Amino acid sequence: MDLFEYQGKQYFARFDIPVSPGDVAYTVDEAVAAAEAAGYPVVVKAQVQVGGRGKAGGIKLADNADEVRLHAGNIIGMDIKGHLVKRVWVEHASDIEKEYYASYSLDRGAKKHLLMLSAEGGVEIEAVAESNPDAIVLLHIDPVDGISLATARDAAVRAKIDAEAVDGVAEMLVKLYRCFTEGDCDLAEINPLILRPDGGVHALDAKVSLDNNAGFRHPEWDEFRATEELDEREQLARTHDLQYIGLEGSVGIIANGAGLAMSTLDVVNQVGGAASNFLDIGGGANADMMTAALEVINSDQSVKSIFINIFGGITRGEEVAKGIVEALRRVELRAPIVIRLDGTNAEEGRSILANAGIPESKLTSKPTMLEAARAAVALANGTN
Amino acid sequence: MAIFVNADTKVIVQGLTGGQGKYHGLRNQAYGTQVVGGVTPGKGGTDVAIPEGGSIPVFNSVAEAVAATGATASFIAVPPKAASAAILEAAAAGIAFIVCITEGIPAQDEAKVFNTLLRDYPNTRLLGPNCPGIISPGKCNIGITAGEIAQLPTASGPNVGIVSRSGTLTYQALYELKQRGIGVSTCVGIGGDPVPGTNFIDCLKEFQADPETHAIIMIGEIGGSAEEEAAEFIKANVTKPMSAYIAGVTAPEGKKMGHAGAITSGGKGTAQGKMDALRAAGVKVGLNPTEAGDLMAEIVKSL
Repeated sequence: MDLFEYQGKQYFARFDIPVSPGDVAYTVDEAVAAAEAAGYPVVVKAQVQVGGRGKAGGIKLADNADEVRLHAGNIIGMDIKGHLVKRVWVEHASDIEKEYYASYSLDRGAKKHLLMLSAEGGVEIEAVAESNPDAIVLLHIDPVDGISLATARDAAVRAKIDAEAVDGVAEMLVKLYRCFTEGDCDLAEINPLILRPDGGVHALDAKVSLDNNAGFRHPEWDEFRATEELDEREQLARTHDLQYIGLEGSVGIIANGAGLAMSTLDVVNQVGGAASNFLDIGGGANADMMTAALEVINSDQSVKSIFINIFGGITRGEEVAKGIVEALRRVELRAPIVIRLDGTNAEEGRSILANAGIPESKLTSKPTMLEAARAAVALANGTN
Repeated sequence: MAIFVNADTKVIVQGLTGGQGKYHGLRNQAYGTQVVGGVTPGKGGTDVAIPEGGSIPVFNSVAEAVAATGATASFIAVPPKAASAAILEAAAAGIAFIVCITEGIPAQDEAKVFNTLLRDYPNTRLLGPNCPGIISPGKCNIGITAGEIAQLPTASGPNVGIVSRSGTLTYQALYELKQRGIGVSTCVGIGGDPVPGTNFIDCLKEFQADPETHAIIMIGEIGGSAEEEAAEFIKANVTKPMSAYIAGVTAPEGKKMGHAGAITSGGKGTAQGKMDALRAAGVKVGLNPTEAGDLMAEIVKSL
């Protein structure tokens, strides 16, 4: 789950990472109130999860209430690269001496945590990596040991952080590491991390991505989930705990397992069709989940056929079959189903489907993934 | 021969009294796997009945189970919250091969467990988490694979080894070979999480050394760079013929496709890049699992 900047800053604050005083605002009046509390001058920043906000006019400086009113009024409701701005973050404008970059992520190849630190912040780190790779210090951290203040300080020196900022940056790196690990982040990034003329350092921006798998130990994430911007189909899937991603095609896809679901998309594509979604009902899917999955697919107007591709392992064929029968009883599906069922208890599942009295216009069974894909695509394209 | 597990492997199931552990533990036992015990804290001294007769004893700890049964492998089927501790308990008790099927373990926990094993228990191999397990057909099945979809290897060969990052595609690969009557030496599902205990290269190394394995199928997916690293390894070290399939050719950039690991960003981790790397290493790459099976059938015919 990716956080908005303001949420990232609120998350940082939990780990004592200094950020500018500020608040989130959904209306012009709230923006003015936030500005008064933060103290002028302030920066009004559009809250969208896309780069290039400044260029699009989504970040403005304001010296008084009238200017906040003007800018907040323009920014709220603005469209930035297809993202509607619903809220702004208003914070006290900082005097900036220097801009640095710091982030932690997991290096999957090395299976260690990776600190990236650079004295060249405030720009896209990818651009720095390309133009001046030596300006970025990369440091692997063993998750068992973590990072010590001494190591952090050493990294800051190697990154050519200005001498007066080294201690502040080192402390910041230790705090950010705590946020990354204890806060269960996939990514914790500060860009820019600024040095002020008074010698202090703080986070001027926040990019935080949380690991959904760790949600069970973070009840405080509920408020972040509430602001996640999902399309209607994705929202419905979320309530049923299904892995769903909306796409543009006309063949609805239900598969068990992420790999098989991806592969199903590929095969549908190869035989001339296009999937309307990615949907993984997961391991151990039962009748209720299959019903929910079909309801989600059915809510999509563009679906012309539904391809259910199940290879049972932990998922059992008879449960899948019962789910389909139950779903057909509960909802009037807009499109016919083509199913391919193999693996654990597949025969039992197939016989449940065969004996449920479902007309062939609503459900056909195919023995292989390729044949089922061809049949589903033919139905969707009206070429059968 | 086979890799990692064979007919002599004695297995305990951590979580044998839970829903998944019981169902799959008993299925592994019914397949012929030596399931010699279960571990559930607080339930030591009880047992789990085998439907066909007999029972499997349950112990309070892995250490007790190992002492009583001589088990060398463990099958972990416990919820995400308890999985890290279960893995480390098994390692501390001297278990050499751990299979963890648990889905949804936080990445921070996985990274910590992986590096703890590396440092403190270098002789322990972890398969998974979030993997379907391992099957050496006719000998040993640990995990959630339906044993009947695996073709038995033949004494004279040729037999094929399978390694896959995705659970259901592991079954699909087994199925493709079964349809063609091609024997399988061992099939390993390494799992789709960001920090797998065992990776492609670990398995390729074993398959290359295993006299019963004559060719190898590898199933990858988008995200990360494991397939690219495997391709480098293959180029330098693997002489056995291979076919492969990479899932996610049509996956849109920046969207996580279910697996925590399966995401492409900034043009990295794409299916195309992985296929190109494997082709450059001499691997025959199919565009879907069936094609990878067809390519393997051609390879096997030529052996």
